[in-house]
Amino acid sequence: MKVYLDYAATTPVDPLVFSKMKPYFSQHFGNSASTHYWGKKAREALEKSRLTISRLLKVQPEEIIFTSSATESNNFILKGIAEAYKDKGRHLIISQIEHPCILETGRFLEKNGFRVSWLAVDNYGLVNLEALKKLLSPETILVSIMHVNNEIGVIEPLTQIGEIIKDYNPSILFHTDASQSFGKIPLNLSQSRIDLLTASSHKIYGPKGAALAYLKKGIKIEPLLLGGGQEFGLRSSTSNVPAIVGFAEASQLAYKRMSVDFLKAKKLRQKILKSALVLKGVWLNGHPVKSSPYILNLSFDFIEGEALMNLLNEKGIAVSTGSACSSEKLESSHVLSALKINPSRAHSSLRISLGRYSSEAEINYFLKELSLAVQKLRKISPFKIN
Amino acid sequence: MVDYNPKVLDFFKKSKNLGPLKNPDAVGEVGNLMCGDVMKAYLKVKKRGQKEYISDLKFETYGCLAALASSLALMKLVKGKTLENALKITAQDIIKTLGGLPAFKIHCSVLAHEALAEAIYSYYQKQKREIPEELEKRHQLILKTQEILKNKFKEFS
Repeated sequence: MKVYLDYAATTPVDPLVFSKMKPYFSQHFGNSASTHYWGKKAREALEKSRLTISRLLKVQPEEIIFTSSATESNNFILKGIAEAYKDKGRHLIISQIEHPCILETGRFLEKNGFRVSWLAVDNYGLVNLEALKKLLSPETILVSIMHVNNEIGVIEPLTQIGEIIKDYNPSILFHTDASQSFGKIPLNLSQSRIDLLTASSHKIYGPKGAALAYLKKGIKIEPLLLGGGQEFGLRSSTSNVPAIVGFAEASQLAYKRMSVDFLKAKKLRQKILKSALVLKGVWLNGHPVKSSPYILNLSFDFIEGEALMNLLNEKGIAVSTGSACSSEKLESSHVLSALKINPSRAHSSLRISLGRYSSEAEINYFLKELSLAVQKLRKISPFKIN
Repeated sequence: MVDYNPKVLDFFKKSKNLGPLKNPDAVGEVGNLMCGDVMKAYLKVKKRGQKEYISDLKFETYGCLAALASSLALMKLVKGKTLENALKITAQDIIKTLGGLPAFKIHCSVLAHEALAEAIYSYYQKQKREIPEELEKRHQLILKTQEILKNKFKEFS
């Protein structure tokens, strides 16, 4: 049996999405910037896709900028906002558990004349709201806090965060990386006072190579890519029309299925959690309630995550780990470190991420193999569990 | 995911051969739980005439795939060797048996190598034997490393 439980890494393209993309490879292959028939066909598809997604997010079409990846969107937003608003202030607040593409961009800005405050989280991964209040300053131009964390699944309280930021100063911009939540978990941009947002196609059964940056009207931003002036002059590059068409279709499908998929994932996650906690020395990393149903992060005492992951891989099961031993830098996951959990617990962590095609039968097989693998590794470990 | 060569994976598949040894003549333990790998080497020695042979060596290992495979490779390497010759095995020999390890996993082979040295050291001590100078040096270095690791993770113990 082959069981894919790494949907937070990427998802397969839904067949329905793929069929909508197909005509745009060889038939309607035109450059959307061209004025002839072929260009017009591509442009129409591009603008229809923009409209579809803008309606789902309840924003204006011209507020959606298509990019190639969430990494690009996050780089574009952080660097572009910093550059455009540097005369207003040079301070940014970024949470410690962001994806590396945000953290690394933050570090880049630090080296280039900006000050970044790295907002701490509690033991569950929720950002410290009191700390946020203290960090806001007249110099602050941007706050970036993700919606759902990709490793532990914790859902950050965006509405409360938005309120704190805007109460302090409505002109401070609020960005959220919604790569793990867009199309999966309800998100209300106006209620949470979000000015900027990142979302990605390949996390929601769309193709790789398409993502978006939402930019609220009136916000200034410096482009990352200069050239032909596509995407309202904010993102030059020939538009990847087939991928964008797929992204829009995938988004629509995800919104349509949101509650069905959500409830199924929740049930399966509960099942895993219940069975796993029966094994001795198992810990939940993340929040017991404020969590995405699609992500579950567990630690197993006296078991190293990479070995566990490989044993499961031999049985056809795909999961991931935050163990230092699986990273070339030999550093434990920065997210688990930020939770201030014991380093041995980080070494023994396993991320299980569920998706649309996860089934009860798959989870039963996974739980059986997990229990066997845990027993096997504990048997050869010098540490004994009481 | 780390890309291991097929030989490493073959050793890893035999992980069930790891585990404690009943009535060992000596035991050597190295590593730190907070670092992610701990190895315990169980040693059994047989005397034949003047010479002492390793009749069995088994590892209990907590660690990554490379740590488990290194333990198994060393178990294979020492079988039937005299204690003297077993001490001549290097971490490089373990790596060679494994068909190579990624650079950032070299320390796993070193750890297995140290666990064996510690077991032999403990055996000599029990037998009230004079410790060879080279082995004494290795033992002191291992103790120092263990101490550094312990201090590094003081807040979690």
